[in-house]
Amino acid sequence: MCLAIPAKITELDGDDMAVVALEGIKKRISTALVEDLAVGDYVLVHVGYALHKVSPDEAARTLQLMAEAGVLQDELDEMTGADQ
Amino acid sequence: MKYVSEFRDKDLAKSVSAAIRREADPGRTYNFMEFCGGHTHAIFRYGVQDLMPDNVAYMHGPGCPVCVLPVRRLDDAVEIAERHNAILCTYGDMMRVPGTKQRSLIRAKADGADIRMVYSTLDALKISRDNPDREVVFFAIGFETTTPPTAVAIKQAQKEDLSNFSVFCNHVLTPPAIAHILQSPDVQDLGTVEIDGFLGPSHVSSVIGSKPYEPAAEIFGKPVVIAGFEPLDVMQSTLMLIRQINEGRFEVENEYTRGVTREGNLKAQALVEEVFDTRDAFEWRGLGTVAKSALKIREAFAAFDAEQRFEISPKQSREVKSCECPAILRGVKKPTDCKLFGKVCTPDTPMGSCMVSSEGACAAYWTYGRFRTKSARPQREAAA
Amino acid sequence: MNIQDPKLSARTGSIDMAHGGGGRATAELITDLFQHHLNNPILNQGNDAALLPPAAGRLVMSTDGHVISPIFFPGGDIGSLAVHGTLNDVAMAGAKPLYLTAGFILEEGFPLADLEQIVISMARAAEAAGVPIVTGDTKVVEKGKGDGVFITTTGLGVVPDGVHVSAARAKPGQAILLSGSLGDHGVAILSRRENLEFETEIRSDSAALHTLVADMISAAPGIAVLRDPTRGGLAATLNEIARTAKVGIHLEENAIPVKPDVRAACELLGLDPLYVANEGKLVCFCEPGDADAVLSAIQAHPLGRDAALIGTVIEDDAHLVEMETEIGGVRVVDWLAGEQLPRIC
Repeated sequence: MCLAIPAKITELDGDDMAVVALEGIKKRISTALVEDLAVGDYVLVHVGYALHKVSPDEAARTLQLMAEAGVLQDELDEMTGADQ
Repeated sequence: MKYVSEFRDKDLAKSVSAAIRREADPGRTYNFMEFCGGHTHAIFRYGVQDLMPDNVAYMHGPGCPVCVLPVRRLDDAVEIAERHNAILCTYGDMMRVPGTKQRSLIRAKADGADIRMVYSTLDALKISRDNPDREVVFFAIGFETTTPPTAVAIKQAQKEDLSNFSVFCNHVLTPPAIAHILQSPDVQDLGTVEIDGFLGPSHVSSVIGSKPYEPAAEIFGKPVVIAGFEPLDVMQSTLMLIRQINEGRFEVENEYTRGVTREGNLKAQALVEEVFDTRDAFEWRGLGTVAKSALKIREAFAAFDAEQRFEISPKQSREVKSCECPAILRGVKKPTDCKLFGKVCTPDTPMGSCMVSSEGACAAYWTYGRFRTKSARPQREAAA
Repeated sequence: MNIQDPKLSARTGSIDMAHGGGGRATAELITDLFQHHLNNPILNQGNDAALLPPAAGRLVMSTDGHVISPIFFPGGDIGSLAVHGTLNDVAMAGAKPLYLTAGFILEEGFPLADLEQIVISMARAAEAAGVPIVTGDTKVVEKGKGDGVFITTTGLGVVPDGVHVSAARAKPGQAILLSGSLGDHGVAILSRRENLEFETEIRSDSAALHTLVADMISAAPGIAVLRDPTRGGLAATLNEIARTAKVGIHLEENAIPVKPDVRAACELLGLDPLYVANEGKLVCFCEPGDADAVLSAIQAHPLGRDAALIGTVIEDDAHLVEMETEIGGVRVVDWLAGEQLPRIC
């Protein structure tokens, strides 16, 4: 359910509307559902509405966890002398 | 694309795949239900199953709003457009879903009904402004993610006094559906469905938070991980579920921390609360009648409620009899167990909604179906 | 030059039933608008049929009806599209296109200024391609019975000796080349559709591919298959070839060029670039030994700078197109059911 995509806010206007950029694509969306937005924030866009802000720190942390899973594997390989 | 491409990285996928193979106990199986059709789509679209060991399997849940909408409601929408001569605005997803006697919105449009595909409720409002002499009805479907935009539209219509705008509300709720599946005889008594844990929907949860899943995890002793929709999110969440099971835990964990908090989006929740009330019961395709599982428009906004504005006649809605969508939506059967699947029922000639929606298990199985490929076939034939 | 006849008044007038009646209004429309802009010796013969000189070699012929909304879009219009589309169908037989014809169905009320812009655009496209429009026809339908303008073009071309391009010649082991990025045309059109509007620099890739084909054939005359992945996108084209030649196809998703903006628009609307239409791209199947030479020839042409090797032909009794995905899984790339609709879930 719920196709949504993160996009960057490039303009905010007063009436709960904003322009977001996704690569070179620009789309006007509603920001009526999210508070405290600033130009440069990434928001998740669903059916023309921003649903939530994307947290850069948390995104980096999640990617770090994924990468660590592999680091363990490499270390394990080293320990057991396995060739990959 | 920032926050997208990183979560589709091949090397990172290998890394998570290796961790899953290392940590999954070969002495047992892990059956996870991805509640949400978005996960089903991601799993098939990216071939996630190919990166899993054989003892880790996904079963597909009812979290596809198109799939769970009973045929009756679709027939009602067609009636609103045809009999009441309204402009019916719909998301593209609904266009091809077969109603009674295979009558879809696209067919009704071909027969002359004014049915318009919109991307957003904002577009439906614009159509209302541009056509003041016509009734304009927004056919609202979707879970908690798609509900707040409908609430905003209703509030906006009230503010602008758009008296020709109304909403045919079919919004449904996730936690009651999860509880319903866990309470079903298939899971509780018959043991026909073994669910070891749930992948929870990230976008729904960005609105409602992770808290509403806590009772289900605790009462039924099943771990839940809120999972993002990119393939790496699905894989990492699978790893988190395996870890919980291996450690004997059944908690609500959150993989999609970049968008979900325990409390969710309070502003969106407040808007939904203001505009909508819970229905006592609602019929789900596949699950039957589920108590407190859907929303209706509150009395204060009754002027914008299509169900109150238009007389909708009682009708005998019918689905194709041998269609197994209902059992598939409960996780009891796989699409390949249905005798229509891939024969009379394909995306070109869908018999049920699960073959139409890109999130439907049948459509995902068939369209992306690795089981059909040359590399997978010998294996399957040997197993048969 | 402007249209001088005040009776036609292209600036302000519009098509009415008289323009299709066969009387003076029809004649004026033909002389002052069509012939004026499409001007060439064969068209100017002024007969119902164009008399053509003998052609050297096997002839190919293709016809294509063009209906598009919106009529004017970033990177082209229905006129240039009607020229390019048919030239490309002829070129995909490995042929050099020689002549075009054009049939117009006009709806009552269609602005003459728009029609003139479309005809000028056709004239430019035909001239740039070096292929004249040698005969044509115009009919007018009542208001409400058409969608402004429909254009059917037919192309005639000649295939050089020794060239045998056909989907049936796809064989396991052959390399699959794509001449550039996918989805530009479809996304440019969608960006202007009502209720979907978004801003983008993406323009339709609408272009005539016959000079590119000529360069490829001189690099490797043995090219087996050429196709332009228009409606239904690359997925439909490859499935057609697989079915015709009774082979399977294996693709590498990471090798398929898609512009970041096209990818972004597809993500936004829930579309798959593999199913989005192209109007200036081709796929080529050739022997693996020829792949480097053909790829270099494509990349040396202005329309093929982003060309890539995207997959191989395999044996498969089920004639499926399969693809190794971005993350290393495998999926089927099936035919599209109906039109690809923007979705929210």
